[in-house]
Amino acid sequence: MRYATPASAKEAAGMLSKEKGAAFLLAGGTDLLVKLKMGMVEPDLVVDIKRIPKIDQIQTSAKGFTIGAAVSGSVIGQHKGLKAAWPGVVEAANLIGSDQIQGRATLAGNLCNASPAADSVPAMIAAGAKAVIVGPQKKRTVPVEKVVQGPGKTCLAKGEVIEAITLPKPEAKTGDAYLRFIPRTEMDIAVVGVAISLKLERGVVKKAKVALGAVAPTAVVVPAAARALVGSKLDDAALEKLAAACSAACNPIDDKRGTVEYRTRVAGVLAKRAAKIAFQRAGGAL
Amino acid sequence: MSNATLVSTTVNGDPVQFACPTDESLMTALRNRVGLTGVKEGCGTGDCGACTVTVDGSLVCSCLVLGVEAEGREVTTVEGLSQDGELHVLQQKFIDHAALQCGICTPGFLVAAKTLLDRNPNPNETEIRYALAGNLCRCTGYDKIVRAVQDAAKDMRKASKKRR
Amino acid sequence: MGHEQKYVDKKYEVVGTRFNRPDGIDKVTGKARYGADASAPGQLVGRVLRSPHAHASIVKINTSKAEKLPGVKAIITSADLPDVTGGDQGLADILENCMARGRALYDGHAVAAVAAVDEQTAAQALKLIDVKYKKLPHVTDVDEAMCESAPVIHDRIITRGVEPKPTKPSNVAARTQMGHGDIEAGFAEADVVIEKSYKTEQTHQGYIEPHACLASVNPDGTAELWVTTQGHFVFRNVCASLLGLDIAKLKVTSSEIGGGFGGKTHVWVEPVALALSRKANRPVKLVMGRDEVFRATGPTSSTSIDVKMGAKKDGTITAAVAEMRYQGGAFPGNWAMLGCMTAFACYDIKNNQSIGWDVVVNRPKVAAYRAPSAPMAAFAVESTIDELAKEIGIAPIDMRLKNVAREGTLAPYGPTYGPIGIEHTLKAVKDHPHMRAKLKKNQGRGVACGFWFNIGGQTCTDLNISVDGTVNLTLGTVDVGGSRSSMAMIAAEELGIPYEQVRANIADTTSLGHNDMTEGSRGTFSSGMATIFAARDAISVLKQRAAKMWGITEEDVIWENGQALATGDSHSNLPPLSLKEIAAKSGRTGGPIAGHNEVVADGAGMGFASHICDVEVDPETGRSTIVRYTVVQDAGKAINPDYVEGQFQGGATQGIGWALNEEYIYGDDGCLQNAGFLDYRIPVCSDLPFIDTQILEVPNPLHPYGVRGVGETSIVPPLAAVGNAIANATGVRMTHAPMSPPRVLAGIDTLEHAS
Ligand SMILES: Cc1cc2nc3c(=O)[nH]c(=O)nc-3n(C[C@H](O)[C@H](O)[C@H](O)COP(=O)(O)OP(=O)(O)OC[C@H]3O[C@@H](n4cnc5c(N)ncnc54)[C@H](O)[C@@H]3O)c2cc1C
Ligand code: FES
Ligand code: FES
Repeated sequence: MRYATPASAKEAAGMLSKEKGAAFLLAGGTDLLVKLKMGMVEPDLVVDIKRIPKIDQIQTSAKGFTIGAAVSGSVIGQHKGLKAAWPGVVEAANLIGSDQIQGRATLAGNLCNASPAADSVPAMIAAGAKAVIVGPQKKRTVPVEKVVQGPGKTCLAKGEVIEAITLPKPEAKTGDAYLRFIPRTEMDIAVVGVAISLKLERGVVKKAKVALGAVAPTAVVVPAAARALVGSKLDDAALEKLAAACSAACNPIDDKRGTVEYRTRVAGVLAKRAAKIAFQRAGGAL
Repeated sequence: MSNATLVSTTVNGDPVQFACPTDESLMTALRNRVGLTGVKEGCGTGDCGACTVTVDGSLVCSCLVLGVEAEGREVTTVEGLSQDGELHVLQQKFIDHAALQCGICTPGFLVAAKTLLDRNPNPNETEIRYALAGNLCRCTGYDKIVRAVQDAAKDMRKASKKRR
Repeated sequence: MGHEQKYVDKKYEVVGTRFNRPDGIDKVTGKARYGADASAPGQLVGRVLRSPHAHASIVKINTSKAEKLPGVKAIITSADLPDVTGGDQGLADILENCMARGRALYDGHAVAAVAAVDEQTAAQALKLIDVKYKKLPHVTDVDEAMCESAPVIHDRIITRGVEPKPTKPSNVAARTQMGHGDIEAGFAEADVVIEKSYKTEQTHQGYIEPHACLASVNPDGTAELWVTTQGHFVFRNVCASLLGLDIAKLKVTSSEIGGGFGGKTHVWVEPVALALSRKANRPVKLVMGRDEVFRATGPTSSTSIDVKMGAKKDGTITAAVAEMRYQGGAFPGNWAMLGCMTAFACYDIKNNQSIGWDVVVNRPKVAAYRAPSAPMAAFAVESTIDELAKEIGIAPIDMRLKNVAREGTLAPYGPTYGPIGIEHTLKAVKDHPHMRAKLKKNQGRGVACGFWFNIGGQTCTDLNISVDGTVNLTLGTVDVGGSRSSMAMIAAEELGIPYEQVRANIADTTSLGHNDMTEGSRGTFSSGMATIFAARDAISVLKQRAAKMWGITEEDVIWENGQALATGDSHSNLPPLSLKEIAAKSGRTGGPIAGHNEVVADGAGMGFASHICDVEVDPETGRSTIVRYTVVQDAGKAINPDYVEGQFQGGATQGIGWALNEEYIYGDDGCLQNAGFLDYRIPVCSDLPFIDTQILEVPNPLHPYGVRGVGETSIVPPLAAVGNAIANATGVRMTHAPMSPPRVLAGIDTLEHAS
């Protein structure tokens, strides 16, 4: 296995695209090194992006936030501006593993690992996050929900690298929230995850986006769930409709972490709870 | 050793060089090549925290870091906690409170607890419990560990007040 | 020398106080050396190839490609571990478990092993070993394994304990029955009868340190083994027998042990490491990965248990029967028998009967796990008692007190109890402020009791006094939870010197006589007894020497507070001689001063506990949170209360993990799906509240200080305590442990459908 530390995202992309054998990008390594240890991958080349200048920083601009691909969860958790703007995304990012995992894990890594249960992905989707993708030739920007195509599968072509994740500046009176269900309090992989972001106008939900994790091969956006909320003040009827829409959108599997029935059911339960948090964060009164 | 790379790094304040295969974890390199067997392996996959160290001040599982990534960084292990022949307050409190039974988890807990108290000198019980959730202990039920950390935090706050 | 084992009430100077442990500094600084922390010149790395199938015959193993890989020094299969067990089926089973012999019996069963110059080479070599399997039908569930249609795992197993003797082999290794009284008459007397079936899933001890050893075998048959174990003397005997070595020529040193809880009482990879070293003629270090620990070392049984109990309106239990099925993995064990022995042990039930079925399945060989077999039986019985109490309308705690076992009660497994502490723990629970604390919405409280025998066994201890008066205490029982400190305290107490003057060490197998495992909570009990006797031996030597120094007869010397005093009118002017002074002169008064003891310590004293658990259940997700927990247990005498509390807390936490989330999950293919800490969910720090403890001391009459074993009982009550708390929080009686969120939610659903 060769190990390389390129000085730019473009150089990283070049290295990956030229490699004939199995090549992997290394960000925090909290997925990649587990796979390496378990013999699930046998890389010929590992390209570590952490030495790329500024890739471990969060930039704030009038348009929003640009989170470098090597920014770890703990850095995200300490960023006051980001926390104020997208508390749901920050919470989701901080739910990933322990403090030790937080010292390394990245949003882009969580996304590219393409696990159906990735915590930050539904939250990023609900918040309208985009991935800035650098290839050996060109750069493109793709909404996060378009990146993952199936378990372990992304839209990235050979040689493409995510350089950063962007989050828009939130509009006035918006709030987001992410909740997941795990049997313990920490160190578990989500059995169900629900992210909701919404915008209020005079106390009524004007816009909403709902995304679910761990209930289908990829995170799913649930327009019907969003419609259930729009126009409501989060009354019980709206919440019931939301829950029903979320449960209906589930297409999970039975596995060691949860059954189809349980996941479907709990998706609705968490959706209601997440909606309330997002609503309050947007300034709504329950 | 195929694909060995020479790594120059700082461990517990001392310059250290070691050669390791590129796919070897920092945990294995520290244990087998630097001789710091206080870094424990409980799982090798980031789940138990026994291998916890800091790299440039940030808390990590050394089993999920490549040895080659340590190039030019500063690594601190449990062996670096006591200074000038004196135990760190946390180390003393772990002994005083019987916060260890078998002790295999202790190095990881100490590094994690120190990182917590450096960042937050006055954590409440819940904050302590969540900050230590990445460290598994199967012997103690965590009770005496949490108490030891609370007591150490108290002493450390007192000491830093005095210094000021 | 005969020593008095009987309990004598006295005031203690050292025992019962809190001291820091002698190994503390090494363990907080990273200096302590555990199983994987040793190395030897020229050592190789050992790795094991394991079966990916639940049950398969091994058609062919081709190692030729792997052998050609540069750096590979030895490859072994079962052919390199010939059966020299001489017809001892127990040993033959151990051998077969260490390395499959023609057939892989479970997912993870060792099939071959390599020793190579480094980790990378060893890993590559494993991939180059070509094993041709022929898959066989498998069974992993205990109830299914008992069915007529189940694939029979061992042709040699004919059920023991059944009359007439079966003619056909089956997966049922043995049937046991015990109890007393007239069951039918008992049920006829009952006003209320409750009958329920329970299931508990398989759990693992989950020690954080994987098995690890460093083995070195010489061509002349001498060998050394450094290993993490609960009993290096037993490991020595077993390994020597399996490899055909002379016992005295195999030196086994126990490393610091990173947790065992019973799981390190059995050999798994040690014979393999020795065989690799023998073949490679170099030291071999073999460290298991976490996934190997889960797949191929001994978890506890999964069970299926039926309980039927009857009681009168006043709460008197008139009859109780239990039928329990325990799987022992791929090899027969006596786990169901232990379940039978413990099930009703907390109670005085006139008519009781327990029937146990020991069953084999395609899972790893079961090993002891802290009070092995008792938690499952207690889950079933203690849950049923709560149901009975509810039906009758009496408080569960009063129901238990009404039927509690006392001194003189005939235990279901035979003996009549001496002084025991179960009633004391129940009364303490009843009076505990925890019982009166207010519960919030969705919260419930449960109480449950637990029992464990505790064992004594063979022990051998040395005590050597140095010329400066400091003392080396040499022990042969591995220190799994701070016992060195307790032993040093006992020696200091007996000798009348400060704790700091005693240094306790664990000796290797060439330095002491045989010591049994540290298991059955025997460490402090038996080594403590041997320490007392060794110290008393040393005291008599000290008295002889003092007499010599004074020139008086030994009869006129007594030992008090760490010094010799001359008694009798003629010597009253002689100033006392301290241990230090006598030690300083020992070279001239007869040589080194030492005490020694070997003993088969009997009468470890039964351990009883009652736990209180408050749980909060999320009615929408079925998730349970432990909000408060209290352990009340009889320790006989707490030598070092810190470590007694630690045992209570640790055991309770393991029980809580089992109650809530821990379980082996097997796929339809018979393979283990959650062989890692991410999905085998042991409690993490943020899952728990502080665990309150109350130590009671009902002296064990058969120990000089009244000590009882304390290590195990605390894992017995939690399953039922949690289950009873959930029942009180939700109205749902959980009969399947772990009571994970999906199971609890399903339970809540059935309740809602019913109403
Ligand atoms: C103990 C433990 C607990 C965990 N808990 C959780 C949890 O609670 N929730 C959760 O969602 N996950 C969890 N994870 C998984 C993991 O931590 C996360 O998925 C994490 O976000 C991955 O980020 P990383 O930077 O470490 O990824 P890496 O391991 O570095 O990379 C992951 C994959 O993405 C690719 N990749 C990384 N960065 C880029 C990039 N910029 N461009 C293109 N490809 C890239 C890599 O090649 C690799 O294939 C846990 C892992 C462990 C070990
Ligand atoms: S060994 Fe690194 S977390 Fe367990
Ligand atoms: S003290 Fe043994 S694992 Fe923590």
